[in-house]
Amino acid sequence: MLIYAILIFAAAYYLLPLYVMLTTSLKTLHQVNNASLLSLPDPITFKPWAEAWSSACMGVNCSGLQHYFWNSVSFVLPAVFISTVFGALNGYVLTKWQFRGSNLFFGLLLVGTFVPYQMFLLPMAWTLGKIGLSNSIGGLVLVHSVYGLAFTTLFCRNFYVSMPDELVKAARVDGAGFIRIFWRIVLPLSLPILMVSIIWQFTQIWNDFLFGIVFTSGTHQPITVALYNMVDTSSTGIKRYNVDMAGAVITALPTFIIYILAGRYFVRGLTAGSVKG
Amino acid sequence: MAANSPAASAGTYRSSRWREHLDTVLPKLTLVPTGAAALIFLYGFIAWTIWLSFTKSTLLPNNRFAGLAQYRFLFKLDTWWVSVTNLVIFGVLYIVICLAIGLFLAILIDQKIRAENLLRTIYLYPLALSLVVTGVAWKWILNPDLGLQSVVRSLGFTHFTFDWLVQPHMAIYTIVIAAVWQASGFVMALFLAGLRGIDGAIIKAAQIDGASLPRIYLRIIIPSLRPVFFSAVILLVSMAIKSFDLIIALTGGGPGYATWLPAIFMYNYGFNRGQIGLGTAAAVLMMLAVALALLPLILSELKEKRRASTR
Repeated sequence: MLIYAILIFAAAYYLLPLYVMLTTSLKTLHQVNNASLLSLPDPITFKPWAEAWSSACMGVNCSGLQHYFWNSVSFVLPAVFISTVFGALNGYVLTKWQFRGSNLFFGLLLVGTFVPYQMFLLPMAWTLGKIGLSNSIGGLVLVHSVYGLAFTTLFCRNFYVSMPDELVKAARVDGAGFIRIFWRIVLPLSLPILMVSIIWQFTQIWNDFLFGIVFTSGTHQPITVALYNMVDTSSTGIKRYNVDMAGAVITALPTFIIYILAGRYFVRGLTAGSVKG
Repeated sequence: MAANSPAASAGTYRSSRWREHLDTVLPKLTLVPTGAAALIFLYGFIAWTIWLSFTKSTLLPNNRFAGLAQYRFLFKLDTWWVSVTNLVIFGVLYIVICLAIGLFLAILIDQKIRAENLLRTIYLYPLALSLVVTGVAWKWILNPDLGLQSVVRSLGFTHFTFDWLVQPHMAIYTIVIAAVWQASGFVMALFLAGLRGIDGAIIKAAQIDGASLPRIYLRIIIPSLRPVFFSAVILLVSMAIKSFDLIIALTGGGPGYATWLPAIFMYNYGFNRGQIGLGTAAAVLMMLAVALALLPLILSELKEKRRASTR
């Protein structure tokens, strides 16, 4: 019984911030300022959510998070797609079509999973400026696609390594070529690892803050940066914690939903990305 | 096969030659975009950043060689040493507490308990959230006016104080609290996977020999989790060194610069204060720190490989 008591206590500790975020986001400002942090909202109000979505201020711009939410969607989806497609192709080549130096290629690429992004910020900022992509959605797509490649390649390569080579060999004897084997044989068997790659990339890119704050400004920012600006703006006047919390929940919602729906793949990606990397 | 006319067999011969050629070229061609990206955006940029740290670059990058001047200047800055000290305090506490909580919870969960999936889902969800969200949430919970301090005071402890967030010497510990909350469930998952991989027969044998459960854990199970400790520590070290979002969202680096970490230092000097040379020097030192942390992993991997090949 003691075990359950401890486990439930631990669960309460992990759930506390979620509980506080949700309840605070449904309280009136009066209740936020006068009732306990842990109290339930009474009355329940959805106004903080509406404000966070469509009228909260980031600096002088008072149009809520919605625009930035769609910003994030519009660079996250292409970046996830591009990095996953190349990851799958690279993994396929590096395991089923090995050539002299392919292992070296993989090793050199893996370095990308470790180097702190701070090493890339200044050259990237300069480069994006030169190719006309600074402060743009396109720039974020490029940056996130490029720096996701090492991870997606790692995932797919480790998955294809355990796929029997006989499948490919048999298909080659039957006359199938490089593209056909990938399309007809390897890809249909790849669903689990594609899920891992997509979920990992989606979570990483949606949650990114560093690239967003360094490479974009104003109306091109991702939602994480906008949330930060919103909270920062509200802390200079009257602190509207209920709107802040509604904004935080909105920002967290996409990755949270994915975690609830596909947590299995999420955990697999984490362990594959960290332990084997 | 033998009935094939000579012309047809020449045709298949040519087409199979052509296909073979295609099959040697296409795989390499597929790797070209990734290879080019790695060459430019990974290795090119690393070299470029290292070079910039040896120049007099300020607001804009320039190529006037400055030797180690930026590093010498960096080592004289109080902000740098505060950042490094904070990283040590934060890193050590973060790693030790995450390992302790993670291992403890993993052992409990491994006792064939009910609702295991639900509990695991709860322990692990923080990792799906953005660190900015984590920072914003904990900033509200830890704020001295309306947060936990006032909750405890309203329970009757009217002199209870918990205002670390605004105390320059204590604020770094609020970052530990939030960061541990975010990552400890993940460490739990790593340990649980390790525990599940242990051969049950060994434990049974020890039980038959009359060893008590705590003894079995201390002497047999935990030592056999060595590789998990190893990878967890390496992962946590590299996450600690890269910490940026959480600090910006929770304390903004403040009060003053009391909660700066090297990543914040790099951002502030490289982008806000127009000191590109200093910022890149800080980035290079961060990369060296990560490399040093990874060295033991790489060495032990190589040793394993050698052992496997001599066997």
